[in-house]
Amino acid sequence: MTATRVSGEGVGASVRRVEDRRLLDGGGEYLADLRVPGTVEVAFLRSPVAHARLKGVDIPTQFRNSVFLAEDIGFTKPIVAATAAPGFQSSEYPALAREKLRFVGEMIAMCIAPTRAEAEDIAQACTLDLDELPAVWDIDVALAADAPRIHEGWRDNVFLRSAITAGDLAGIKANAPVVVQKTLRMGRHAGVSLETRGVLAHYDRRLGELVVYSSTQFPHVIRTVLAQSLGIAESRLRVVAPDVGGGFGIKGNFHPEELAVAALAMKLGCPVRWIEDRREHLVASPHAREHRYRITAYADRSGRIRGLEAEVVVDAGAYSVWPWTAAMEAGMSAGIMTGPYDIPVYHGRAVTVCTNKSPLGPYRGVGRSGACFALETMIDAIARAVGRNPEDVRLENMVPPSAMPYRSATGKFYDSGDYPECARRALAAIDPAAVRARQARGEPDGRLIGFGMASYTEQSAHGTAEWVARGMPVVFGYEPALARFTPDGKLILFVGIQNHGQGLETTLAQVAHQELGIAVADIVVRHGDSSVSPYGMGTFASRSMTMAGGAVSRACAMLAEKVKRIGAHLLQAPIDAVTLAGGQVAFGSQSVGFAAIAEAAYRHPERLPSGEEPGLEANAVYEPQCSTGAFSYATHACTVAVDPGTGMVELLDYVVCHDCGTMVNPMIVEAQVVGGVVQGLGTALYEEIPYDENGQPLASTFLDYLIPGAPEAPDVRVLHMETPSPHTRFGIKGMGEGGAIAPPAAVVNAVNDALRPLGAEVTETPITPERVLTAILAAEARR
Amino acid sequence: MKPAPFAYVRPKSLGEAVALLVQSGARALAGGQSLVPMLNLRLAPVERLVDLGGLAELRGVRDSSGSILYGAMTAHAVFEDGEVPDASNGLMPFVAGQFAFRAVRNRGTIGGAIALADPAADWLTTAVALEARLHLIGVAGRRLVGAEEFVLGPYVTALGEGELIEAVEVPKRAASERWGHARVAMKIGDYAESMAIALMDRKAGRGRLVLGAADGAPILFPEIAARALSGAASDELRLAVRRALLAADRGFTPAKLAMHTTTLLRALAQAAAA
Repeated sequence: MTATRVSGEGVGASVRRVEDRRLLDGGGEYLADLRVPGTVEVAFLRSPVAHARLKGVDIPTQFRNSVFLAEDIGFTKPIVAATAAPGFQSSEYPALAREKLRFVGEMIAMCIAPTRAEAEDIAQACTLDLDELPAVWDIDVALAADAPRIHEGWRDNVFLRSAITAGDLAGIKANAPVVVQKTLRMGRHAGVSLETRGVLAHYDRRLGELVVYSSTQFPHVIRTVLAQSLGIAESRLRVVAPDVGGGFGIKGNFHPEELAVAALAMKLGCPVRWIEDRREHLVASPHAREHRYRITAYADRSGRIRGLEAEVVVDAGAYSVWPWTAAMEAGMSAGIMTGPYDIPVYHGRAVTVCTNKSPLGPYRGVGRSGACFALETMIDAIARAVGRNPEDVRLENMVPPSAMPYRSATGKFYDSGDYPECARRALAAIDPAAVRARQARGEPDGRLIGFGMASYTEQSAHGTAEWVARGMPVVFGYEPALARFTPDGKLILFVGIQNHGQGLETTLAQVAHQELGIAVADIVVRHGDSSVSPYGMGTFASRSMTMAGGAVSRACAMLAEKVKRIGAHLLQAPIDAVTLAGGQVAFGSQSVGFAAIAEAAYRHPERLPSGEEPGLEANAVYEPQCSTGAFSYATHACTVAVDPGTGMVELLDYVVCHDCGTMVNPMIVEAQVVGGVVQGLGTALYEEIPYDENGQPLASTFLDYLIPGAPEAPDVRVLHMETPSPHTRFGIKGMGEGGAIAPPAAVVNAVNDALRPLGAEVTETPITPERVLTAILAAEARR
Repeated sequence: MKPAPFAYVRPKSLGEAVALLVQSGARALAGGQSLVPMLNLRLAPVERLVDLGGLAELRGVRDSSGSILYGAMTAHAVFEDGEVPDASNGLMPFVAGQFAFRAVRNRGTIGGAIALADPAADWLTTAVALEARLHLIGVAGRRLVGAEEFVLGPYVTALGEGELIEAVEVPKRAASERWGHARVAMKIGDYAESMAIALMDRKAGRGRLVLGAADGAPILFPEIAARALSGAASDELRLAVRRALLAADRGFTPAKLAMHTTTLLRALAQAAAA
């Protein structure tokens, strides 16, 4: 490890989050807080049906000037997100629907008025002339040979079929004494950021520039694609993400709403605003998950897995989202399927299906939550098949530390770590022996106790090599930082990431403190504005701490050298004899602070050493040495009580042991883990948007769509391990998504452990009371 | 999710309220914890919202010898906090703390909840269990309807055009009566998936058993209550409950049938053990 923890504010210190005061005091400035005089409000007229030909929109005469259709913004280009993978069938996602409607919630028209309520009145007054088509509302319906095509000219309703083939599966199949097969489902749900999406666009006449505020995770990237879609120069477009109240991947897409609102502001020349309401969010924001698995393991009699075969089918909805493409979800799941286990032979298939549903996009734990659910359910099933404890089977199958670094059958390069030790620590904390003793005793209230665990690896901060391999439209290889002292000796960090809950305004300052010794209170972190900071990729894929942290470190290290040179000169000391510590350049008992050094650099060049350039700032770009990603990992273990009479599941205990390399701020890391776990419990137990056979979403408000609240959040016990990555600055690995990956797997395993005496098993998330009771009744019927 | 335009009036007297409510497109606002979200979703076309919040006569409580009369605009939290006398041996204050979140319970009212007749509304089931009588008032005058007769189906009640609930009258339950309550909700604050209330008075030989959140009006099971009172074995009760649920013909899924069976039996067991 390169960092030494000498200071109370540097890398490794649990510094309190500097952004919290404004956020908790109501001083945050979110999209809906912005005030631009003369703003008109947009209500989108959205499709009420899943699949139809759009023949016309009848607009009442008095609203003719208040309603805008596709032809009114005909200068915009549709959103096309295609991967380079062979066979990918591409979709054109227009800002406003032209001839065809492909999901409930698709935008048809923009209605404007001084208030949102009036704009909704106008939308309600319009009538649609439609020819309804049969809804392709489900994977099986979409894959039927005679299924109606959602996109004209496609061979079938499949975006992409891909395969990974590693090793000789036929040989393994022929000789495997134990074969276990599972069919599993993970439900479709929404992202549910606390702040919904929103866009405000206006034209700045002085600068000749279109200004677009969006609640986005990557403003620079949006600027690029928006300029292309609008047909304007990037230099004439500014994209700003103000305070963003959660993203989770949903706000890391280029949305048709962004394009439509920006286009309308260009057309009208007045400020235009759209704030997504919760119903729009649930129905029409990019959805999450909806995976189906067919997975077969071939093992020996001890449960050691010799080969694995898996098919992942994902319902990606009607369009391919930019830039990730529709194929990312299934591809990532199939590509990480072997997880932390040493499984040499693997054949995986990924099928991405197109249906009449809201497009699927990235969501915390992309693909991996499903892969973990599939594989970890399988490991429990193998353990049952060979009559052993699942924890023993897990430990024996894991990649041992002696094999690190390790290349998996799917080609992932696991850089460092001790996976079995992590699992052992989680186990020691949850104490399976005690849980099993309680299970055997029985509960006075008749509930059944279950123990479950799940392990995973989390690819994070992947750079050029990984994104190129995925055939992406954009390669997110690096991150920049500009570190600039002000003439009074304070520091501003300009970064290309976007902070929306991760604490980056604090942790990036900690990195600067580590290099320069400047107090965190004297540092400002600026982000989220394409006109303020250098071009960067934004915040997603558990990348910002590693990437932007590396860039800040590099820029500050360059500054530290200059600070020392100027300081030495001011102290009339040889450069080798001075030290930079505690915000001072010192020579013996003499010292000089940042204020005097910055004053010399900016306002008194005559005080600088000869040949030293005035000014005190440094620009750096950082890319990890190994761009296939730094792999974090964890084991989650939990105890549940299942009520066989009502199907209710209660979490009695939840333990996470994880390793994300060097922790910049352990307090923030812990909170991120807990937040992720609760979100993962949403996938496991509550969140779902089912569709009926007409393609209507059946959960469109919080009445029907349940999310875990504070009372449902268990007291998660978090244990930390720190194995620094050999490839990143300070050994940092990303960890933003991990918490959400394992809960579906761990909870399903625990529930099935509890249901074992009844011979029942759940194979689908969310694990609702209805599903638990149905499983119990099915088991009763079998007996 | 903004409401369509509507007029808002806040009458100062009950007579004025009744006169306003009889006009077409008028709807009573009695706390608004369900109605306002419905307005925002543009599900309920309303031209005129008649806010009952200003009517002191709907907030009073009258404690008489045989029963207690609660004004329809008494908030859930008022019951929960024990600010009104209790006619139910503690069942009503208990129920009032079981549903929604406190912010909703501060504003939502017993009369509003019963008048909406959401099948999953806890007060609906409780009123039927406690044999409450609803005091209705309209332009034609006042009338009295038993809670059981009041609910006709999901969101359908005996309320006539322009009629509103003035008060909920709960007969004082015998001190010898015990209650049992079982409720399943997927999470805290959520609507019930199933809810059962049992009342057992061994001394008087009286028992009542009611199922709520049953996709329609609450269902009474007098025969099962009688069997439980006479000390029927648990297996026999289980079978009887199952049969009675099937006979109710509400189209329950097998899982829902199992869940309702559980809540009914647990409510009975709790009432019997208390």
